[in-house]
Amino acid sequence: MQLAVVQAGRCLSRTAIDRGVPAVRADDYGPLTAVAVGYLLCAGASGALQYAFIVASARVNQDVLLDLRGRIFRHAQALSVDFHERYTSGRLISRSTTDVESLRELLSEGLQELITVLLSFVYISVMLLWLDLGLGALAVASFVPLYLLVRLYQRRAGVMYRNRSTAIAAVIVKFAETMNGIRPVRAFRRERVNDAEFAVLNRRHERSNGDAILEMARYVVGSRLVANIAVAGIVLWGAHRVADGGLALGVLAAAVLYLRRLYDPIDRLGMFLNSYQSAAASLEKVAGLLAQTPTVPEPDASAARELPASESEHPGREVRFDGVRFAYRTGGEVLPRFDLALPAGQTVAVVGSTGAGKSTLAKLLARFYDPTEGRVLLDGVDLRDLPVTELRRGVVMVTQEAFLFSGTVAENIAIGRPDATREEIEHAAKAIGAHDFITALPDGYDTDVRKRGGRISAGQRQLVAFARALLADPAVLILDEATSSLDIPGERAVQRAMHTVLRGRTAVVIAHRLSTVEIADRVLVMERGRIVEDGSPAELIDGSGSFADLHRAWRESVVSF
Amino acid sequence: MLASEVPAKGRSTVRSLLRLWPYVRPVRTRLITAAVVAVIASCTGLLFPLVLKWMVDGPVADGDEAGVWLGALLLLLLGVTEALLFGLRRWLVARPLASVEAAMRADLFRHLQRLPVAFHDRWASGQLLSRGTTDLMLLRMFLAFPLTFLLVNGATIVVGVIILLGQDFMLGLVLLAPVAPMVIVCAYYEGRYSAVARRAQDQVGDLTTVVEESVLGIRIIKGFGRHRSQARAFRELSHTLRGTELAKARILAAIYAVIMSLPEAAIGAALVLGTVRVADGGLSAGTLVAFLSTALALRWPVESIGFLLAMTQESATATERYFEVMDAEPEGGASTVGGTKAAVTPEDGAPAVGGTTASDGAAPSEAGGLRFHDVEFRYPDAPPDAPPVLSHVDLHIHPGETMALVGATGSGKTTLTALVPRLHEVSGGRITLDSEDITAMERERLRALVAVAFEEPTLFSATVGENVLMGAEDGAGEAELARALDVAQADFVHALPQGTDTQVGEQGLSLSGGQRQRLALARAVVGRPRFLVLDDPLSALDVHTEALVEAALRRVLADTTALVVAHRPSTVQLADRVALLSGGRVAAVGTHQELLRENAEYAWLMSGAETTETTDAAAEEAAR
Repeated sequence: MQLAVVQAGRCLSRTAIDRGVPAVRADDYGPLTAVAVGYLLCAGASGALQYAFIVASARVNQDVLLDLRGRIFRHAQALSVDFHERYTSGRLISRSTTDVESLRELLSEGLQELITVLLSFVYISVMLLWLDLGLGALAVASFVPLYLLVRLYQRRAGVMYRNRSTAIAAVIVKFAETMNGIRPVRAFRRERVNDAEFAVLNRRHERSNGDAILEMARYVVGSRLVANIAVAGIVLWGAHRVADGGLALGVLAAAVLYLRRLYDPIDRLGMFLNSYQSAAASLEKVAGLLAQTPTVPEPDASAARELPASESEHPGREVRFDGVRFAYRTGGEVLPRFDLALPAGQTVAVVGSTGAGKSTLAKLLARFYDPTEGRVLLDGVDLRDLPVTELRRGVVMVTQEAFLFSGTVAENIAIGRPDATREEIEHAAKAIGAHDFITALPDGYDTDVRKRGGRISAGQRQLVAFARALLADPAVLILDEATSSLDIPGERAVQRAMHTVLRGRTAVVIAHRLSTVEIADRVLVMERGRIVEDGSPAELIDGSGSFADLHRAWRESVVSF
Repeated sequence: MLASEVPAKGRSTVRSLLRLWPYVRPVRTRLITAAVVAVIASCTGLLFPLVLKWMVDGPVADGDEAGVWLGALLLLLLGVTEALLFGLRRWLVARPLASVEAAMRADLFRHLQRLPVAFHDRWASGQLLSRGTTDLMLLRMFLAFPLTFLLVNGATIVVGVIILLGQDFMLGLVLLAPVAPMVIVCAYYEGRYSAVARRAQDQVGDLTTVVEESVLGIRIIKGFGRHRSQARAFRELSHTLRGTELAKARILAAIYAVIMSLPEAAIGAALVLGTVRVADGGLSAGTLVAFLSTALALRWPVESIGFLLAMTQESATATERYFEVMDAEPEGGASTVGGTKAAVTPEDGAPAVGGTTASDGAAPSEAGGLRFHDVEFRYPDAPPDAPPVLSHVDLHIHPGETMALVGATGSGKTTLTALVPRLHEVSGGRITLDSEDITAMERERLRALVAVAFEEPTLFSATVGENVLMGAEDGAGEAELARALDVAQADFVHALPQGTDTQVGEQGLSLSGGQRQRLALARAVVGRPRFLVLDDPLSALDVHTEALVEAALRRVLADTTALVVAHRPSTVQLADRVALLSGGRVAAVGTHQELLRENAEYAWLMSGAETTETTDAAAEEAAR
C-alpha cells in the first residue's frame, strides 16, 4: 500500500508535466493544485505507512523468532539424555543463536525487501504496460534472463551457505569447549595448540564466507548488466517511436522514470536472495534438530497413568525391574536380561568396579534411558506411562557432576521444587549440612554463583545438589556417586540426613566408598552388567564373595594407621 | 541478572568504531579502493538522467536519428560500466572482510585463552560466545555495507545536490530545505537507538547463556523433571528480547517515517514549482524531467541513511562489547604465555632469585622443593573488606616428598593448588619451586614443570591418546602413553572401540566419571613432571581401582615433589606428610599418625567420628 502511494507520486509527476503545464499556460491552476495536494498527501501517507509497516512487520518477525527460539529450546530440552551425549552443546548453541540470527536477518530485512521488490516489479510493469504496451512488454521480457540468473545464484549460493553454517558451528563448538575448560587449557599449556586448531576452523569459515560474498558479487554484475542493457534498448526503441510520432514525449519521459525504478530493486532482490539462502541453510539445520524424536518420549495424555495413592505411612515406593535388558543402539550390550525388586523404603547400595553397569541401572530407574527390553515399574506402573511431573515426584537422581546454574544459591536449590518457600530451602540446606557455608557467602542464600565471592567448591556444590534432592522430596532417590567430593564429615552428615530426612524412602546408592554401604539395608554387587551378589551388608561381609574382599580392603585402608 | 556487569560507557559512536582500525588497516587499500569504485559507480548512475535529458531535449525532439543512436550507445556504455563497477566493489571487499572478521575472532579467542581464570569465573561463556559470533558478523556487515555506503551515499547526495543546483538553483534549494530538521530528528532517535541496540545485544548474550547452561545441566534438568520451568525461564528471557527488539523497531520506524516523508514533500514542492516555471517558459520540460529524475535517484541514498546510521549504532555497540573483553588484562607478571617477556616484579619487591634454576644439591632440603612463603590470597574481585581466602600460608614440601593437603569442605584447598601453576596469582607472599620464585618464571616453563590433575576431569574433543599426551613434551610417544595409562590403571581404554585412538570429549564417546578421572591422572603423570599437583585425584574411583592406582602412584611419587589434596585416609596414605588447612592457614603439619593423635580437627576430618553427637542432634532437629 505504501508502495502504491509512492508510485502514485510518480504518476502525479507525469500528470503535472503532461496536463499541468498546458493548464498553467492556460492560466488554469486547478490540475496543478490537485497535484500539489496529492503529492503532499502522498508524502504524509508514505511516512505514516512506513512507520506502521516497520512496526507491524517487526511484530510479526519477532513473534516468528520467539516461536522458533522457544521451539528449538523446548525440543532440545525434551530430547533424551542419550541425544545430548551425542549432539555437542556447541552445535545446539549454534542452532539456537547463529542459525536463528540468519533467519532474523531474512525476516527483518529480506522479507521486507521481497515484498517491496515483488510489489514494485508488478506495479511498475503494469504501469509501463498501461503507458505503452510495446515498451512495457519489452521491460517484462527482460525479466526472463533475470529470473534465470536468480535461479543460478540460488543453486550455487545454497551450497555455500550450507558450508558456512557448518563452519560456524564448528567454530562455536571449539570456542565453547575451550572456555568451559579454561583451567586445564591453562595448566597444560594448550593455548598455542588451541590457537592453531581454532585458526583452521576459523579459516574454513572465513573461506566459505568469502565464497558467499563473491557469489553475490557475480549475481550483482549479471543482474545490473541485464537491467542496464534493457534500459538502453527501451530508450532507443522509445526514442525512435517518438521520432516516428508513435509515442508522446511525455509518455516516454514517464516510462523512462519508471524504468529506472523498475530495476532499482534488483540489488535489493540480491540482498533478499542472500539472506534467503543463508536462512534456508540455517533452517535446514534447525529442522534437522527438530526432526530428532526423543528416544525417551513422554506418554500421550491418553496413555498417561498416575501413581497409585500410597497406602503405607512411608513415602517410599516399590521398584521392580521386570525382564529388563539394555543395549546401546550401536549394539553393545550393557545389561543382560535381569529381574530385580526393591521393596518400598529399602536403601540399596550398588557396588562394583567402573563400567560394571551401575550407572546404567540408575539411569534406567531415573528414566534417562528406556530399557531395550522389559519394563521398569514403580509401584506397578511402567515408568513409560508416567507423565514427567508424576515421574519426578516419584524418582529423583543426584549425580556426581554438580552443575550450578546462573542465579543465586537459593534458586539453585529451588530447582528441586520451584514453589518452595525460603524456609523450606533453608530447611533442606540445614538437613544436609550446607547451611553454614551458604550463610558464610557474601549474600548468603542470595549470593549469585557467578558473581563476586560466589565461588563454591566441588564439595559444596555436591551439598547444594543434595539439598536440591531433599527439597524435591521424591519417593525414590538415586545417588550416583553423589558424595565423591565430600570429606568424611560431610559424607557422614549426608548419611545422617538420609537416615532422618529420607527415612522410609526407597533409595538406590551407588558409591565407591564402602562407608555408604553401612547405612544400606541391602547390597548389590555388579560385575560386567550382572548382579553377582545380593544380600544384607552383614551377610555379604561374612560371605566369601568379592564384596567381602572389597570390604576387607576398605577396612584396612581406613584403620590400618 | 545475567546481563554483563559492565555498564554501557558514554563512548561516542565514532570513537568506538575507530577502535576497529587496527583490524581494518591491513585491508585498508582494498576497502578505500572499493569505496572509490562505489562512488564512481554511483555517479555513473547519476549520469543516466543527464543523458536521458539530453536525448529527450535534443535528438528525440529533433528527430535526429544518429543522435538517438549515440545516446542509446552512451546509455549502454554507462550501464555496462556501472554493472562492472558494482561487481568490482564487491569483489574487492569479499575476501578482505571475511578475513577481518576471522582475524578479530582469532584475536578474541587468543585473548580469552590468556585472560586470568578469575575472569572466566565471572563471565558466562554465552556472553563471550555471542561476542565472538553474532557481534563479529554484525561488524563484518558493517564494514561491507553501512561504512562504504555512508561514504558513498553521502558523496552521491552531495554530488546529486550539486547537479540539482546546477540544473536549477531555486528548485535545488527547495529540495535542500528539509535537511536541517531531518538531521535534528535523526540525531535524537539515533541516540536512543544506540542504547536499545546495546540492551538487545546483551540480552542475546544472556539467552545464549541460558541455552548453554540448559545443555550442560541437562541431567539435572531431566533428573528433576524441570524442563518446563527451564523453558519458561527461556521464554521470559526471549520475551524480554522481543520487547527490546520491538522498541528498536519503533525507533527505526520513526526515523524512516521522517526520512521518507520530508524529502517526498520537498520533491512535491519542487514539482509544483517546476511545473509553474515550465508553464512560464522559464524552464524546459526536459530540465524538469532530468531534475526530478535526479531527485528521485537521490531518494534511495537519502532513505538509506536512516538504516545505515542505525546499523552503525549497532556496530558501535558491538565493537564496545568486543573491546570490553579485549581490554581485560591478560595474565600479567613475568610473561604472557605467548612468550613475550615483561618486566619482572615480584609482589614483595624482593629481587627474583636469579640464576638459581638448579638447586645443585647445596642445601636441597633447605631451599629446594615446593615452598609457600607467607602466602596470602584473596580473589581479585572480592570486596576489599572480605577476609582473604588464604593468609600466612607457610609450607615446605621437600624435593621428592609427597605432601597431602587436608581440610574441611570449602577450606581453600583447591584454591591453594591453583596458585602453584599460577591459575590465580598470590596476593601476598611467594611460592618458590627449587627456590625460584614462580612469578619470575615464564608461565610456559612453570606449567611445564608443574603438572596438575583437577578434581573435575575435563577431556577435550580429541582422541584418548591425544588427551593424555597433552601433559607431555612434544615427541612423547606410545611408550610414555602406555606407562601413564598403566599408572592410572586406565586399561579400560584398550576395550574402547578404537583403543587409544577413540574420540572422547564433547564430540566423542562419553566416559564415566571414574574413567575420566583416570585419564586426567594419566595426563598429569605422562610428562614425568618434577612437580605434581593432584586435586583429590581418586574421588570417583572404586575401592579396588583406587588401591591399584595408589600402588602405581606411589612409584611415581617416589621421585616427584607432590602436593595432593585428600579427603580420605586412603589418599592420605600416598603422602609422606600431611598439612592441615584450616581457617585459611596451615594449622598443622606432620605424619598422618601424628596428626591423628594430636589434632582433634584432623581426627574428625579423617574419621567423622569425634563430633557425631552434636551433628546428629542438629540433623535430627533440622529434619523435624
